[in-house]
Amino acid sequence: MSVDTATVAKIAALARIKLSEGEVAAMVPELNSILDWVEQLAEVDVTGIEPMTAVIPNTLRLRDDKVNADPLTGGNLRDKVLANAPANEHGFFGVPKVIE
Amino acid sequence: MTTETAYRIHGATGEWEVVIGLEVHAQVTSASKLFSGASTKFGAEPNAQVSLIDAAMPGMLPVPNRECIRQAVRTGMAIDAQINAWSRFDRKNYFYADLPQGYQISQLYHPLVGEGAIDIVLDEKDPEGSTKRIGVERIHVEQDAGKLMHDQHPTMSYVDLNRCGVALMEIVSRPDMRSPAEAGAYVRKLRTILRYVGSCDGNMEEGSMRADVNVSVRKPGGELGTRTETKNVNSVRFVMATIEHEANRQVDVIEGGGRIVQETRLFDPDTGTTRSMRSKEDAHDYRYFPDPDLLPLVLDDAFLAECRASLPELPDAKLRRYETELGLSPYNAAVLTAEAETARWFEVLLAETAKRTGKPEADVAKQAGNWLMSELFGALNRLGKTLETSPVSPVQAAELLGLVGDGTISGSIAKQVFEKMLETGDAAGVIVEREGLKQTSDTGAIETAVDAVLAANADKVEQYRGGKEALFGFFVGQTMKAMQGKGNPQLVNQVVKAKLG
Amino acid sequence: MTDLTELGVAAIRDGVAAGSFTAVEVATAFNANVAAAQAALNAFIVATPDKALDAAAKTDKARAANKPLGKLGGVPIGMKDLFATAGTQTTAASHILEGFIPPYESTVSQKLWDAGAGMLGKLNLDQFAMGSSNETSYFGNVVSPWRRNDGGNASLAPGGSSGGSSSAVSARLCPAATGTDTGGSIRQPAAFTGISGIKPTYGRCSRWGIVAFASSLDQAGPMARDVRDCAIMLEAMAGFDAKDSTSLDMAVPAWEAGLSPDMRGKKVGIPREYRMDGMDADVAKSWDDGIAWLKDAGAEVVDINLPHTRYALPAYYIIAPAEASSNLARYDGVRYGLRDLPEGAGLQDMYAATRAAGFGAEVKRRILIGTYVLSAGFYDAYYTQAQKVRALIARDFEQAFQQCDVILAPTAPSAAFALGDKTADPLSMYLNDVFAVPASLAGLPAMSVPAGLNREGLPLGLQIIGRPFDEQGVLNAGLAIESRAGFTAKPERWW
Ligand SMILES: [Mg+2]
Ligand SMILES: [Zn+2]
Repeated sequence: MSVDTATVAKIAALARIKLSEGEVAAMVPELNSILDWVEQLAEVDVTGIEPMTAVIPNTLRLRDDKVNADPLTGGNLRDKVLANAPANEHGFFGVPKVIE
Repeated sequence: MTTETAYRIHGATGEWEVVIGLEVHAQVTSASKLFSGASTKFGAEPNAQVSLIDAAMPGMLPVPNRECIRQAVRTGMAIDAQINAWSRFDRKNYFYADLPQGYQISQLYHPLVGEGAIDIVLDEKDPEGSTKRIGVERIHVEQDAGKLMHDQHPTMSYVDLNRCGVALMEIVSRPDMRSPAEAGAYVRKLRTILRYVGSCDGNMEEGSMRADVNVSVRKPGGELGTRTETKNVNSVRFVMATIEHEANRQVDVIEGGGRIVQETRLFDPDTGTTRSMRSKEDAHDYRYFPDPDLLPLVLDDAFLAECRASLPELPDAKLRRYETELGLSPYNAAVLTAEAETARWFEVLLAETAKRTGKPEADVAKQAGNWLMSELFGALNRLGKTLETSPVSPVQAAELLGLVGDGTISGSIAKQVFEKMLETGDAAGVIVEREGLKQTSDTGAIETAVDAVLAANADKVEQYRGGKEALFGFFVGQTMKAMQGKGNPQLVNQVVKAKLG
Repeated sequence: MTDLTELGVAAIRDGVAAGSFTAVEVATAFNANVAAAQAALNAFIVATPDKALDAAAKTDKARAANKPLGKLGGVPIGMKDLFATAGTQTTAASHILEGFIPPYESTVSQKLWDAGAGMLGKLNLDQFAMGSSNETSYFGNVVSPWRRNDGGNASLAPGGSSGGSSSAVSARLCPAATGTDTGGSIRQPAAFTGISGIKPTYGRCSRWGIVAFASSLDQAGPMARDVRDCAIMLEAMAGFDAKDSTSLDMAVPAWEAGLSPDMRGKKVGIPREYRMDGMDADVAKSWDDGIAWLKDAGAEVVDINLPHTRYALPAYYIIAPAEASSNLARYDGVRYGLRDLPEGAGLQDMYAATRAAGFGAEVKRRILIGTYVLSAGFYDAYYTQAQKVRALIARDFEQAFQQCDVILAPTAPSAAFALGDKTADPLSMYLNDVFAVPASLAGLPAMSVPAGLNREGLPLGLQIIGRPFDEQGVLNAGLAIESRAGFTAKPERWW
């Protein structure tokens, strides 16, 4: 499974990273050498093995349904949430106009 | 199975069958969001109910809300679905301005709820008519996205993340529906169940329930066609309109020599048509994988037992009980159980009425049901109110029915009293007392009144005696009218009969 | 008076408590070292001398008032710029986060401040912690204070991704620093610079507020000059956090109090598979030294097998980029950080332009690999297979730990290399973590301690890997090596 320029361009588009044609071309052999190398995993016999789900045996903790119980995980912080925004107006984040 | 004529699109090349599957997104009733402590309240200032987690600040992590899981499990139990005590959250990766993380936390590979089913009634006017079982493939829990506003600024769209991270259940049906009516019945029935369970308020206007409508067409019984998915349709009527338009459009395309492309479409309520969604045009590759921030969700027996124990009586069971134990007609039973709030209201009314009259519930059920469906619903309709905003409570209504039951007032006076209750908010007994509406059982007074009526209508008395027995009601009515409705109807009947006899 | 910057965490803590010197004196001395070394080593992205002084003044005041001092009272530290620090720019060494001022503090950094530590500044690192040489930072390479003994002055890599941390601690710019380890990012830089560092069991330190690289692997840990200082730091950093779903709900042991170099009754496993063909002779020798030292400390040495070792690195280079490709999707120019909005660009174009301008080459490479291995049709062949192999690797360790208490191995296959040596070939760079990655994949506690110098006069590290939750066993084996290795070398101050 090796990638060509079209595939790299497609992945880059999927990952929303703009690459010039030159960058795509340069990336092809780099990705292929990494992919060739990771493909040795295919030779491992994994019969009957479940993919790892939790690295340390542990299950998911559930929290109580309380609003703003912890200021670090609650709401009501509009100014803080917007403080770093490249564009914000009237309490909203601004993005280039989207046509649906 | 269905006995009525199957729904068909009549194309130029013959008949077409429509195959419909629905993915309903229902907002889980919870105070805080699925993975953060921000409030879920509707209608807040933009971005006021956004936590650092919802805004996907660097280093923020999700911690799931137990109540959201609980409500989804209860919903699954309510449709007799398989509950998966081991499930996982996955990430669905895509870029959009309403999705700060760049992925939606959802469940693809191991959903919380598996296979279940919902029974729908094909004709609501005929609840004993044909029913159909619609398969539910799964219910999974996931995050809602934020909102984009496109019309506030000439060159910018505005992003509000208040809804972002609110818990949704995605309830995925099997492609078991074959007509707009079936789809409509399915959505209504699902909404009823959700409201009974209390896991979703079912409020489609506020967006707490919306459907992705999957439609394809085929020659009857033939191979499945390519489907389109119309997103976020937010009323039962629109779901039906979407199917109708989309099925006809697909038939036109195919018969015109074209082929259907699997795509995402949008329903336009103004035109009743669907169109391709440009922003979702590029073929999606969501790169699902297990969310590494979250461990497997393992539910223990105690949790599952509590979920089951806390389920209320569900609509189908309630309907059967109303028919068998309360002796209600199938139609009345269906109407009274169609909404959780109606059944709740009815059951309080019933219990209170039984208590006041000292009769078993089964003896007063018919009276209470009829009164609720005709008098109360009629009045609420007129006033533009709902049961939730009714000016009269079920306890107050029970007092009114009790007064009728023990003969204090007649049925027709009851109507007047009810009107006064709606106007003033006063109790029935108070109104009856104040306005002197108590029924007269004084035989003397009744005889006087009957005598006067018969005297004034000697011709009709003649006709009656000549065999026109239908006039009996006329004399009773005239007497009641003369007594301003206060005569005890049974006594009036007896006296009229005796005098004519 | 002694040079306060020659003191470690324990010595500073005890000296301040005893009144031998003030916390402000300590902070002032380290602040001076930070400033003096910045141009040459570039270990910090921003220095925060006032924060260090403020915390120190608080400690001095508390002491004057006879109030109890925190476990780290008077100790100034460096904070890897992957930890969100409220009010102080946090960048993950990426242009895409340049100027980002978090309105929140990471759990781990908050715990350190609560223990009385002060912040000397935000330490440089590989961009988004992706790298093994600290050459991927947008804010420039970090230079190791070490130089080869060949009389040349080649700039050496401090290791990565916690290269600012390793450089700063070894150059006496701070007595200790935080690090994060995803596939060796604490241990390998510690080994390169002759210091100690421990990655605890996955889940010991909260990940809340740490810029995520690969969530199932990321763990914070301390880097310091010796084992005791690591134990003190780790005690302050670790602990259950309800805000992290993967946090371990366990009490934090008293690791410092439990320190003992006595290895009698302990078994040390030597994994056969780590002795690879063409192993660097000095590295092999230091490993043999380590075995001898642990025997001397009373341990029994046993050979063990970790049969899937050679697959750890390829599995890691599927899993980590896959998680990263998703974790880094949030850097989109909408809510914080860089926005590149070309004339007439729509939303999706803005994303692509912003991410192109904001991410460095290595970050892009890993995002692309991660995107590819998760994409339709490839998910099972790559990702699922890698997670199965990961399960096998964890099982290898589990079986090995039935025969031994800790495992001893080299930390890295070589000593520090020169900056620029491996940048042309990403794969050769990745191979640097070959010994470190298996423990990361299995979530195990692991530490690196200095073992000696190679023939070029550069430090080599030895790695101890322990059972889940057995940080104490790891620290103790580390202490046993430390007390026998007699490692006192330090970089000559050339800056
Ligand atoms: Mg859908
Ligand atoms: Zn969904």
